[in-house]
Amino acid sequence: MRTSGVFRRSRSVIPGFGLTLGYTMLYLSLIVLIPLSALFLKTAAAPWEHVWETVASPRVLAAFRLSLGASLVAALVNAVFGLAVAWMLVRYAFPGKRIVDAVVDLPFALPTAVSGIALTTIYSPTGWIGRWLDPLGIKAAFSPLGVTMALTFIGLPFVVRTLQPALEDLEPEVEEAAASLGAGRGQTFRFVILPTILPALLTGFALSFARGLGEYGSVVFIAGNMPMKTEIVPLLILVKLEQYDYTGATAIGAVMLILSFFLLLAINVVQWWSSRRYRGEG
Amino acid sequence: MSGSGNRRLARPRSAATLGAAGDPLWVKWVICLASLAFLGVFLLVPLVAVFTEALRKGVGVYFESFRDRDALAAIRLTLLVAGIAVPLNVVFGLAASWAIAKFEFRGKSLLITLIDLPFAVSPVISGLIYVLLFGLQGWLGPWLAAHGVQIIFAVPGIVLATVFVTFPFVARELIPLMQEQGTEEEEAALVLGAGGWQTFRRVTLPNVKWALLYGVILCNARAMGEFGAVSVVSGHLRGRTNTMPLHVEILYNEYNFVAAFAVASLLAVLALVTLVWKTLVEWQTQRQRQEPAFVPAIEEHGS
Repeated sequence: MRTSGVFRRSRSVIPGFGLTLGYTMLYLSLIVLIPLSALFLKTAAAPWEHVWETVASPRVLAAFRLSLGASLVAALVNAVFGLAVAWMLVRYAFPGKRIVDAVVDLPFALPTAVSGIALTTIYSPTGWIGRWLDPLGIKAAFSPLGVTMALTFIGLPFVVRTLQPALEDLEPEVEEAAASLGAGRGQTFRFVILPTILPALLTGFALSFARGLGEYGSVVFIAGNMPMKTEIVPLLILVKLEQYDYTGATAIGAVMLILSFFLLLAINVVQWWSSRRYRGEG
Repeated sequence: MSGSGNRRLARPRSAATLGAAGDPLWVKWVICLASLAFLGVFLLVPLVAVFTEALRKGVGVYFESFRDRDALAAIRLTLLVAGIAVPLNVVFGLAASWAIAKFEFRGKSLLITLIDLPFAVSPVISGLIYVLLFGLQGWLGPWLAAHGVQIIFAVPGIVLATVFVTFPFVARELIPLMQEQGTEEEEAALVLGAGGWQTFRRVTLPNVKWALLYGVILCNARAMGEFGAVSVVSGHLRGRTNTMPLHVEILYNEYNFVAAFAVASLLAVLALVTLVWKTLVEWQTQRQRQEPAFVPAIEEHGS
């Protein structure tokens, strides 16, 4: 028999707490925590005027406007169509459902550089879709529209995958009750289903939005990267690095990191709120 | 929440004719058509485009693209990087999920959030942080340069950035499953006299093998396909620090579209294999859940 060790908070016969937790903390610190804090320390140590100059420069502000705007639109589009896709996958039976379900994960699985060049080729004026948009005067590739398209592509699975479990958890009895009480299908959806899945929808929306802000590979080809017009924020970090402006790159990186932490916090608050609500009701 | 609908009792309406999940037929059609059209345009068309563009000038030219020395070097480097990053994150994932799922301690949810952190960080920042640490202008850069060690613009930097972006994959697949499974089976094995390592290998590992496999698949796919983070630390030295995605970028920017899409098609095949594998694993776990009588094979092997 192994000595099972006396763990302060765990009175368990299972061994290996110290070893596994210690290794987890060590590895987490070395790979994630120390490098990430380096970014903040570096920003804090930089001359404040330079940081401010970088972040408030017109070029960087234009990039933030594009990244935030395009991510927001893409996340909204994904919230609508993601809900439709998730609804279809959970509620309806149809041939080839398993394949459609698997295809939803394609943006996760396909390397971003591959999606990037594929999307650019499709939406360029001679591409499969671009050639239909071009006569209409719509320029898809190398424009903010193209950026939004790419971010929609990359963000879709987040909405579908967070909504699916929530939709599966819906109890049919509740809808039956609503229907037998005289609610129409639309009313049932608005007053019964939507409030229940709202936390999941919001989480999926926020995840899609956050991914859009940071996305690089699938956007950088289709964006065209014209300063002030179609430059996304992550690209500017690379531009600054190539100019050996480490302080500038660090400053932009710190702002982005703070943005994504806020989004992460918002997601956690939504989930905490919904779990509390259910515990309260059930 | 649905109180406003409760008042309308007056009109009796049979729920049976409506059905529980009974969307009207036209709603069904609209949702299905809209969803499938959206998935088709946004997901399927890009995938098909990769292979069409790669084969545009015929199969001969397609295979010719892989005879290129730089392409081969890129493939080799990608395999090497994934071969280092994936095992590292598997060991971490197993250790973290063991500590988190089998024990109670304070700060657990914070730890889980921290493990997920790399997912919240832009790939470009994932590369940037290592440049700040190990680059020539970074903290450890001058010291490393003095000792002849190069991390940034070299293979170690690529490995580090890849480990960072694939960090949570295995752990986040294992933690929820192992938490759900609890500790009873392990406790039983330990009480019956099995050692800790034996318990892990014979009881825990078989119980989580499908989730572990799934985590490894996802981790590997991302490790081989990572672009943004690797792009920052690689320095783009052709034939030396170019992974496959970086090689795709170079070829594309040189207007060598067929070769770019040829290398990209390999990565797309990897993605497809990942998806198929994922579907199989999900199917397996579903089946496993439906058979509650699962007894880990301790007796069969003897001890």
